[in-house]
Amino acid sequence: MRVQVDCGCSRSSPRPFQGSSPTALQKNRSLGVYSCYARRYARLVTMPTTAPHALADVTASDSTLRRFLHGLPGVDAVGLEARAASLGTRSIKTTAKAYAIDLAISMVDLTTLEGADTPGKVRALGAKAVHPDPTDRTTPATAAVCVYPDMVAVAKEAVAGSSVKVASVATAFPAGRAALDVKLADVRDAVAAGADEIDMVIDRGAFLAGNYLKVYDEITAVRETCGTSARLKVIFETGELSTYDNIRRASWLGMLAGADFIKTSTGKVAVNATPANTLLMLEAVRDFRAQTGVQVGVKPAGGIRTSKDAIKFLVLVNETAGADWLDNHWFRFGASSLLNDLLMQRQKLATGRYSGPDYVTVD
Amino acid sequence: MSDRTNERLSVFKTYKLYVGGKFPRSESGRVYEVTDSKGNWLANAPQSSRKDARDAVVAARKAFGGWSGATAYNRGQVLYRVAEMLEGRRDQFVREVADAEGLGKSKAAAVVDATIDRWVWYAGWTDKIAQVVGGGNPVAGPFFNLSSPEPTGVVAVLAPQESSFLGLVSVVAPVIATGNTAVVIASEKAPLPALSLAEVLATSDVPGGVVNVLSGRTAEIAAPLAAHQDVNAIDLAGADEALAKELEIAAADNLKRVLRPQPVDDWTATPGTDRMTAFLETKTVWHPTGALGVSGSSY
Repeated sequence: MRVQVDCGCSRSSPRPFQGSSPTALQKNRSLGVYSCYARRYARLVTMPTTAPHALADVTASDSTLRRFLHGLPGVDAVGLEARAASLGTRSIKTTAKAYAIDLAISMVDLTTLEGADTPGKVRALGAKAVHPDPTDRTTPATAAVCVYPDMVAVAKEAVAGSSVKVASVATAFPAGRAALDVKLADVRDAVAAGADEIDMVIDRGAFLAGNYLKVYDEITAVRETCGTSARLKVIFETGELSTYDNIRRASWLGMLAGADFIKTSTGKVAVNATPANTLLMLEAVRDFRAQTGVQVGVKPAGGIRTSKDAIKFLVLVNETAGADWLDNHWFRFGASSLLNDLLMQRQKLATGRYSGPDYVTVD
Repeated sequence: MSDRTNERLSVFKTYKLYVGGKFPRSESGRVYEVTDSKGNWLANAPQSSRKDARDAVVAARKAFGGWSGATAYNRGQVLYRVAEMLEGRRDQFVREVADAEGLGKSKAAAVVDATIDRWVWYAGWTDKIAQVVGGGNPVAGPFFNLSSPEPTGVVAVLAPQESSFLGLVSVVAPVIATGNTAVVIASEKAPLPALSLAEVLATSDVPGGVVNVLSGRTAEIAAPLAAHQDVNAIDLAGADEALAKELEIAAADNLKRVLRPQPVDDWTATPGTDRMTAFLETKTVWHPTGALGVSGSSY
């Protein structure tokens, strides 16, 4: 979907901002000029090639954006949680379980985001991402490894020649408290080092203050800096957004600004991905595609540790967004310890014996 | 007044499993009827499934680091505390043992007393076993060579079928005294003393997960435990000959330590250290003393 959109941009139609390469941007650091440019540009990239979608003009100004986001229907919190809980009671067994476990493994963004990350640890993680279970080569590779920008080059080398992507967090992760040009430099570094995906954090302070256009402009600026090579995941840090209504607004805001993925959280706060907030975001991407024709991925991250949890999320995906999202191009798990549990469950299915932590890597 | 007392509705006890310091029902939701030796109904006990067994192993593994890392002295204190708590519940256990094993009150009381003494006996062993089975080894070189016993890890224990309380404690206490954690399958016919013992353990400073008590069909629960890759040893005290053979084969896959069933005529006899050493491994370290000086010593 995104590829088509990018093609649309490069057609011969006159581009109002030709010559605004990243280098030109660097020279012109004035936020006002820059954000204005980014906003216009973003409308082009988020637009499907077929026709300008119904939401093309909601981002025209601060007031139209606010009117649109506050006009979204309120979330029935009790209903949402009950729905998420009831979908969690499905019994997934035998062949369906085997399918779900392999699918979940292929959706894992194997993550290490510690201050203590070393090149050795990132290499080990890369090796594990390519062959999660060296004792059983039928195990699918994971989707990506997710690291800090300075580790991208190392990670890229570690997964070279495989289907595993390298995702990099950027934009002053995890707090996102930095000036826009610092954030963009962060993104530029990661992309230059070869990152296939960029995980950015939104400015929660601006969002909670109601400054939606600032958040929108930042996302579009980052989207533009990612260029055509990297997919953009936008992290909302749902644990800091306080209400379900805010999560719904943030989801739409992110999608309008051109996110390829919307992601729940950084994994650095107390409340991370829950079935309820993931369900809410899945509803948002479903509705967004219905209205605009643009498909956006979802990535719950943090706090998903067991196969059982992962399978519950897959049920949510299938029942809410639909089978189109049951693919690692459109759905990911941001996790590290989850993979070991998936592998142990996989070994159990293969051998009939319960496996133990001695039979997977320590990481 | 006395008439009104007789009208009082009796309160039946819901026996539950003991896993990870909590008292869950069986994940399967099943229970089975427990009767006394004459066939009168006593209570419904949870009938564990293999998933309960797996949860218990996870809990035991989680507790292993803390329990094996605790000082031997501290473990002794905790086990002695168990004996103290048992003493306070003596009447309850006398009644339950009498029902379970068809004993008269005085005989049951003797069994319970012997059981409490057994806890105290093993509590005393916690900080002494290392001296008995470990020590310094003489070697030809400038090294200290020290052997020390280390706990094996998570031990699955099939409690004896006949002796529901004394037999149970005689197999569980040596396992945890040395720093292992245990997943115990209570006697199939008489699980109630074991399930009540769990309540004592829960209130006596034993960290949750060190002992996990499951009730149900021994063969059903033991099979996944014997094959479980994260169980390090298995005590087959409560298995009959056919089951023991089957479990021993399953246990070979990850080289579990297996303690075969041994006929025990009299559980009150002094047990010796065999049940403790069965689940200990010997770690030997070579520690350099440094080059010898001209005086023949580096000190």
